[in-house]
Amino acid sequence: MNPVLETRALCKSFGALTVADRIDFRLEPGARHALIGPNGAGKTTFVNMLTGVLPPSSGRIVLGGEDITALGQAKRVKRGLGRTFQINALFRRLSVLDNVALAVAERLGVAPKMLRAANAHTDVRGEGMELLATLGLAEDAGQRILDLPYGKQRLVEIAIALGLKPRVLLLDEPAAGVPSLESHRILQVLDKLPKDIAIVIIEHDMDLVFRFAQRITVLVQGEVLVEGTPDEIGKDRRVHQVYLGEQRHA
Amino acid sequence: MSTHAGGYSADPRIRRIEWLPWIVALAAFFLLPEYLSLGARILIYILYALSLDLIVGYAGIITLGHSAYFGLGAYVAGILAAKAGVTDPMVQLAAAAAAGALLGLLTGAIILRTRALTLLMLTLAITSVLLEIANKASSLTGGADGLSGVVIAPILGLFRFDIYGKTAYLYCLLVLLIGWFLVRKIIYSPFGTSLTGVRENSLRMHAIGAPVYWRLVLVYTLSATVAGVAGGLITQTNQFVGLNVLSFESAGELLVMLILGGVGRIYGAFVGPVVYLVAQDLLAKQFPEYWYFGIGTMLVLVVMFARGGILGILDGLIARMRRKA
Repeated sequence: MNPVLETRALCKSFGALTVADRIDFRLEPGARHALIGPNGAGKTTFVNMLTGVLPPSSGRIVLGGEDITALGQAKRVKRGLGRTFQINALFRRLSVLDNVALAVAERLGVAPKMLRAANAHTDVRGEGMELLATLGLAEDAGQRILDLPYGKQRLVEIAIALGLKPRVLLLDEPAAGVPSLESHRILQVLDKLPKDIAIVIIEHDMDLVFRFAQRITVLVQGEVLVEGTPDEIGKDRRVHQVYLGEQRHA
Repeated sequence: MSTHAGGYSADPRIRRIEWLPWIVALAAFFLLPEYLSLGARILIYILYALSLDLIVGYAGIITLGHSAYFGLGAYVAGILAAKAGVTDPMVQLAAAAAAGALLGLLTGAIILRTRALTLLMLTLAITSVLLEIANKASSLTGGADGLSGVVIAPILGLFRFDIYGKTAYLYCLLVLLIGWFLVRKIIYSPFGTSLTGVRENSLRMHAIGAPVYWRLVLVYTLSATVAGVAGGLITQTNQFVGLNVLSFESAGELLVMLILGGVGRIYGAFVGPVVYLVAQDLLAKQFPEYWYFGIGTMLVLVVMFARGGILGILDGLIARMRRKA
């Protein structure tokens, strides 16, 4: 099967410091893939290169067979690459519905229009509401993000990305900062995501990673240490040494 | 009045209370005939402040150089009237709008690649450069002496500008009505909502595929167009253009008016100039040497205790009354 997203020898250096070193990565359509590694392993740098926030020093990024290495952020989004942020990047003084509607409107090409009022674009509002309903946020549609509990804000992060109908969704620590009692809600949402979206999740919550992912890539100091199924990763001695410690031996 | 934030749930229909400023303006025309020239100046500053609110309040572009577009509009209308023999006020206004738009597009395309303090300094630099050009090109602009001999033909060949300022007042009111309608339309449109998205989180707007830079350039150009029209109006009502239209003080004064009224609320741009210019008029009569002290005190109080401006105070009071009821 042709990969939906692929990187070939992707590198990023800041002067003498190499933060991504010849990363080869393959993501199959509909895959559930986790990217793990200790702090400073280069996970977020890798996501930032994929999404066009950071230009790679060398290497290639291929999305759906097309080389997107030189494309800007907006063009990558239009080609189906969506992301969420480790630290909430929401429109804090806007309503939950407007947060999602902004993404839907960009995708549908409605956002630059000036002649009709925003609320006359019922397709945007309808799709936004539908999306919020699937994530259990319909009742909060009119709330401002500022007034929303943190756990729900993390769900809005995901909802905005889903509003783009991505082919590939990069989730940067979706459960970051969410109390463990509430993280099951995030996992429920992740489980229900459309199967045709290929998902890469960066997460420190190992329970969530091992329950969600079909494949796991371990990054260490900007390099791919190993890639495999959750079982293979769980048994890999090198992974235990550099990242997991002894917790999965127990 | 509440805020006018736009958005996909916001009802864009004009509420009854939104007719209040227009009723007040018409009542002032009949009840305060001796203040019509001050009234026309207030109406022009409301239009000017509306153009600023569009970029500062809604798009989050911070600027201290909006007088560049206002001043250019004023000079274009003035030069056409005094030097080129173009006396039709509609043509002058259209030319002032086009000049504001062109300068807005050219400068916006350059400065909007920067942010925060750099952007602020660049806006200041643009208006300073224009001020110096106007000062040096005295054969065209009259330099420090100002541009006099501005001739304005009757509007549509029918309505002559009279010494009581009646025509000027109604003319400014009509132009303001059109400007308000257009700005309001933008704010309630998907484009306006995307601007508030940029103001709230430009990082996320990039991540959802929005061409943030071009959106900002477009709104900056639209705002400069409206400011150019306001500049054209000030020339037509004063029949004179002085260098002060391009000064940093003029841009700063405008920002003060907007903060006083309330930023990002549409009607803050109405309340601010009224309060500021009326206070200026009254204080200047009572305390010719210290009138700025009164304005300064008012601004300090608003910034310290009412971050939403005068309309923010009103919103707070209304919310409190509703809670009690």
